[in-house]
Amino acid sequence: MSDLTLTQRFHAFANPARFMALSHRLVWPLGLITAALIGSGLYFALLDSPVDYQQGETVRIMYVHVPSAWLGLMGYMVMAGASLVALVFRHPLADVCAKSAAPIGAAFCFLALVTGSLWGRPMWGTWWVWDARLTSMLILLFLYLGYIALWATIEEPVRAARAAAVLALVGSINVPIVHYSVVWWNTLHQPASVFRVGGPEVAGSMLLPLALMALGFTFFFATLLIVRMRAEVLRRRVRALRLAGMEA
Amino acid sequence: MRAFTSLIRRDVALAVHVGGGGGMAVFFFLVTVSLLPLGIGPNLNLLGQIAPGLLWVALLLSSLLTLDRLFQADFEDGTLDALSMGSLPLELTVSAKIIAHWLTTGLPLVIAAPFLGLLLNLDGSQFLDLVGAMLVGTPALSLMGAIGAALTVSVRRGGLLASLLVMPFYIPVLIFGVAASGGAMAMPGAAHQALLLLGAVTLVSLVIGPLASAAALRAHLRT
Repeated sequence: MSDLTLTQRFHAFANPARFMALSHRLVWPLGLITAALIGSGLYFALLDSPVDYQQGETVRIMYVHVPSAWLGLMGYMVMAGASLVALVFRHPLADVCAKSAAPIGAAFCFLALVTGSLWGRPMWGTWWVWDARLTSMLILLFLYLGYIALWATIEEPVRAARAAAVLALVGSINVPIVHYSVVWWNTLHQPASVFRVGGPEVAGSMLLPLALMALGFTFFFATLLIVRMRAEVLRRRVRALRLAGMEA
Repeated sequence: MRAFTSLIRRDVALAVHVGGGGGMAVFFFLVTVSLLPLGIGPNLNLLGQIAPGLLWVALLLSSLLTLDRLFQADFEDGTLDALSMGSLPLELTVSAKIIAHWLTTGLPLVIAAPFLGLLLNLDGSQFLDLVGAMLVGTPALSLMGAIGAALTVSVRRGGLLASLLVMPFYIPVLIFGVAASGGAMAMPGAAHQALLLLGAVTLVSLVIGPLASAAALRAHLRT
């Protein structure tokens, strides 16, 4: 191995067969870690953590909401990073990774919005406020959906991969601009509902379940990503075989 | 340079003579703006208050409508293949087409906007701000829109998808544009600040737009 250059080592992992063999061994351990982390996190979050003196039991929504929002953002970073690698280095697994990350990230983004809305109903008295954070999260969801729609409409994978990679990168440049414009817009309009900007101070007893859940969700993301990547590699193999069968 | 200008002239001439270009967008703008009071009610005070926002949203929708004309026809009849093999880099070809697109849709929309402002009881002092903000902001719409148009160029009936893709990127233009038009807020200096930020958005998209559009077109052109 030592006589290989850095690029060659980098491309050693690009071999889909090697990826399939390695990921096959990873799926189960990752899944078990996920189950253990989320299971213990849920126990602490739902049963063994104090209620908030102001928010009451609704504070428990936070243990799902915060990790979801975090992974919604991380999903986009994974997608954009993989797209960059796909465009620059033509790494054959990178666009598989970007494509597989998108629906997972979108689902977490959606989960964050829904749980936030469920939390907002008792706390703010409304399902939705045009708060800067909510609005940017909604726009992030739109970006995800656009990306998924682009993959779905272009049939040929090579073309779709390149177009989608361009979109993801343009999006990653635009996300901060969109975010700051929304923040600016929000501060100008002075939202009607008053709530604490920084959120509640997190006590130690709440930090443990939150950390467990965040870690568990991250492992969940990784597990799903690998399973989806495996499925995508297999799907492409089937497609190639079918095309070869038609030619024969 | 001559290739660049003649490409602009060709696209403008095509848009003007073949029809379905800027005129259609302006017509759509007019129809949308006249639908809004029907939905909201004829209260002139209320309409006057929200007029800048309404005009900007209608302008955004009208310019989305024209995106599929940007590259699609040239892609289908092979002109784009020929252009991509010419001496002009694809980025400049794309830039020329974006300029032509702005001249034939962005500019007519900006010219139409103050007249539609009359329909919505726009405050007299805001006309100049509105037109100024639109002149600064609409190039960003063409530049960003080109990315969506290029990404979906080989998709049949890709106009709708292109609209969905670029809509999130239009949000900063909408926010700063409305603020620079002296919309609902009375904070001193805010309009000026928003105009500067709008200019910044346009400049950023001036960099991203042609580069990303050309990259997206290459993905479709390579067979």
